[in-house]
Amino acid sequence: MPRYAMVIDQSRCIGCMACVVACKRENDVPPENYRTRVLEIVQGTYPTLTTEMRSELCNHCDNAPCVSICPTGASHHEEDGTVQIDRKKCVGCKACITSCPYNVRYINEEHGYADKCSFCQHRLREGKKPACVATCVGGSRIFGDLDDPESEVSKILRRVGHRVLKKEVGTGPNIYYINQYPKRA
Amino acid sequence: MAFSRRNFLKYAAMSAGGAVLADTPFISAEARAKAEGGNVKYVPTSCEMCFWKCGAVAKVVDGKVVKLEGNPFHPQSRGKLCARGQAGIGQLYDEDRLKHPMILDGPRGEGKYRKASWDEALTLVAEKMKAIAEKHGPEAIAMMSHGSPGDYFTNVLKAMGSRNIAFPSFAQCKGIRDVAWELTFGHKPGSSCERVDMENSRVIVLLGTHLGENMHNSQNQEFAEAVSRGAKIICVDPRYSTAASKSAFWLPIKPGTDTALLLAWINIVISEELYDKEYVEKYTVGFDEVKEAVAEYTPEWAAQETELPMRQIVEAVRELCRYAPNVVVHPGRHYSWYGNDTQRARAVAILNALLGTWGRKGGMWLPPKAKFASFNDGNPAYPEASKPPVIKGNFPFAGGEGVTQALRDTTINGKPYPIKAWLVAGTNLMKSLPDQRLTREAIDSLDFFVAIDLFPTETVMLADVILPECTYLERHDGLFKIKTREAGVAIRQPAVEPMYETKPAWWIGSELCKKLGLKEYAVKGDGMDAWEDRMRRQAEAWGVDFEQLSKHTGYVTIPDSEKPYITEDNQPVFGTFSEKIELYSEELEGEGFDPVPQYEPVEQPPKNMFRLIYGRSPVHTFSRTINTQWLWELHKENEVWLNKKEAERLGIKNGQYVVLENQDGIRCNRIKVKATERIRQDCVYMVHGFGHNAPRLSRANKSGADDQQLISKYIEDPITGGTGMRVNFVKIIKEA
Ligand code: SF4
Ligand code: SF4
Ligand code: SF4
Repeated sequence: MPRYAMVIDQSRCIGCMACVVACKRENDVPPENYRTRVLEIVQGTYPTLTTEMRSELCNHCDNAPCVSICPTGASHHEEDGTVQIDRKKCVGCKACITSCPYNVRYINEEHGYADKCSFCQHRLREGKKPACVATCVGGSRIFGDLDDPESEVSKILRRVGHRVLKKEVGTGPNIYYINQYPKRA
Repeated sequence: MAFSRRNFLKYAAMSAGGAVLADTPFISAEARAKAEGGNVKYVPTSCEMCFWKCGAVAKVVDGKVVKLEGNPFHPQSRGKLCARGQAGIGQLYDEDRLKHPMILDGPRGEGKYRKASWDEALTLVAEKMKAIAEKHGPEAIAMMSHGSPGDYFTNVLKAMGSRNIAFPSFAQCKGIRDVAWELTFGHKPGSSCERVDMENSRVIVLLGTHLGENMHNSQNQEFAEAVSRGAKIICVDPRYSTAASKSAFWLPIKPGTDTALLLAWINIVISEELYDKEYVEKYTVGFDEVKEAVAEYTPEWAAQETELPMRQIVEAVRELCRYAPNVVVHPGRHYSWYGNDTQRARAVAILNALLGTWGRKGGMWLPPKAKFASFNDGNPAYPEASKPPVIKGNFPFAGGEGVTQALRDTTINGKPYPIKAWLVAGTNLMKSLPDQRLTREAIDSLDFFVAIDLFPTETVMLADVILPECTYLERHDGLFKIKTREAGVAIRQPAVEPMYETKPAWWIGSELCKKLGLKEYAVKGDGMDAWEDRMRRQAEAWGVDFEQLSKHTGYVTIPDSEKPYITEDNQPVFGTFSEKIELYSEELEGEGFDPVPQYEPVEQPPKNMFRLIYGRSPVHTFSRTINTQWLWELHKENEVWLNKKEAERLGIKNGQYVVLENQDGIRCNRIKVKATERIRQDCVYMVHGFGHNAPRLSRANKSGADDQQLISKYIEDPITGGTGMRVNFVKIIKEA
């Protein structure tokens, strides 16, 4: 069974938002809602500045509070390690939204269910990468199977130091960040 | 789409090796569709959300475009589309589109129109054009355009005998650079794209070129690749742009002093003997003259002029030289800054030549080698122009794309002859030409103005007749020659039928020819297939397989066309008079200009005013996409970037709305302040294209402010006619 993860190479992200629009189109995300976003975090004072480009999306956490809090079992883990929402079971109670430390869920107001990044499950099944990864102009988003030692993500994570967001909350995220700042001279 | 194991296996079997998690497991658009069955269609075509011409594949289900993906075979997209490319569907299904021909029904500018049939509208246009041509001569009819529709109306004008055809892409954008590089190397730095081999560069200098924000797909892919490989970026920009944030050296230069920096760099490269001696010896002329001409431009002097630390100036250029020739000083794109811009572009070209980057790995690759048979489908030659066109103004080196503001001036003053009609296709002149008052004055003085466009922009809504074009997803255009490292041919073809009563521009142009009695210049054959048939004949003439293009890959390579680097048997050809790189330009000298660039200071803002600089958003193309759902959602309004200290001094909070007033007392719409450390204290910055004043653009109207409105002053580059547009100063008015 695969165990899917995404590696985000922050040095390669150019903030172009192709990922954001591709995701919205692919998954029919309603206006003003997003499954993924890209933050540009600038620090320092003129002229000594640094920028972190940070793509954020559902971390498909190993210990997902959204799953344990979900009263109906709509939010659940699949065998491939991803966290998915069964829309038929979702009653729109928003418990998952408040429990997620990453603020990556939204309610689809038209249909009443909670929604978030699914790693484009439907595309994975067709043998394609998630839409954001497929179109990432900077090549910043890298996707694959952690259980396959030969996958790109496994190889990168073996080679390069990485971090996850809010490690301290113990959710066990599966989005890994590498090369946080561009290399300086 | 529902999961189907069966489909997946079919895909896997079809794609090379059947690798799971391939980017886009597609070999052939047709094969993909067959595998999915039902009413699914994949149509390879070319994006026109900007002008980079990326290959796209449209997924069409039940006659609706549901997804656009990058064509993996196409070198401009490489399987990826940018945000705008992804959002092309938003343009197609935008409710605000022009839907049927319209004829002005009231005074110009009031926006009252009545619906007309195509026959009525085209008959009227042809009558007016004929009457004007008879009374004033065909040269009294002018055309301005951007993008594909231009070709078809150029045909109409040339057939009538007018050559007054101009594109803002020359004088308002990259013409200056192109001329400077032609003067130096005998070639432009690229037509489809800049021929920068960033994928292999060790050091990349960006001078006012903000990649990441200026979103040209494949170029940005290579930029990210270079950054990731550890290439050093040297970014010269008064603003800490996305590109600056990726750089080893950010040089926050004082606006207007770039040529000082470049000349000092050239001086250092020569005096420290860091240039490529063999290359300079073999391929260039005029080295000694350059050496002498730049001797006075010392690093000390440049430090004072540019307000950059001297150490930074020196270290950056030494770093560049350390890795030469696998380095590149990016030629840039939008070049109309200060009205002395050809010389800046010349300095960039000279620096590249001294480092030997032309034809070197990591530098500028050589143009691909491919000959295309000429093809005009048996149309007769155009009649000679009855009078010389005015589109070159008084600029000795103005190029073929023409100087739009010269056309505008003639329209206003009638000298040397009257211009009485405009055809404007696919360009929002009110937002692309500096000094809107003059554009409006010119339009008001016209006897007849016809606009061909997709949307009711502010310019379109001043026209006497509006002809609605269909979007790129609904039409055929010419087969495109794509020249990247290799040469190739790409197709644009409809994914769906045109919506409403919109028509492809080729059809509009062709019908107009017929109504003007110029049938021999119209597309051969009748009906909506005529252009496709012409494309087939063109493909045949060029020796490429039309079926392959239209049904399968959407792009075909011209074999053996890729020879990017100089080798013994692949020597560069320089199209200059001397057939060498002309560091010293006798051509410029002959017209009374400096043969080697010299420094001229530019006017600085008065106290309490800021220089207005402008740039791009990665999700928008000029003012064309602000109304597009998803793009609008991501970037609805622009902000004015103001240095934090200045904001504090003026008592302005981050996020507060203000109004900017320029030196001519012109005020813009209200705009939000971004109080930031990311910009110098002497200038403010905003993204171009916002602040529409077009009530029928329901999303874009009145969101943000229009930089072009504040650009009421411009300085023409005497060599090319490029309009320097970074010469306006603004003060900030708090009560917005
Ligand atoms: S990121 Fe939030 S929504 Fe996603 S799995 Fe973790 S807790 Fe759940
Ligand atoms: S597409 Fe890639 S490079 Fe562009 S913003 Fe998204 S993550 Fe960054
Ligand atoms: S760069 Fe983006 S908008 Fe321009 S042609 Fe390519 S995909 Fe389309």
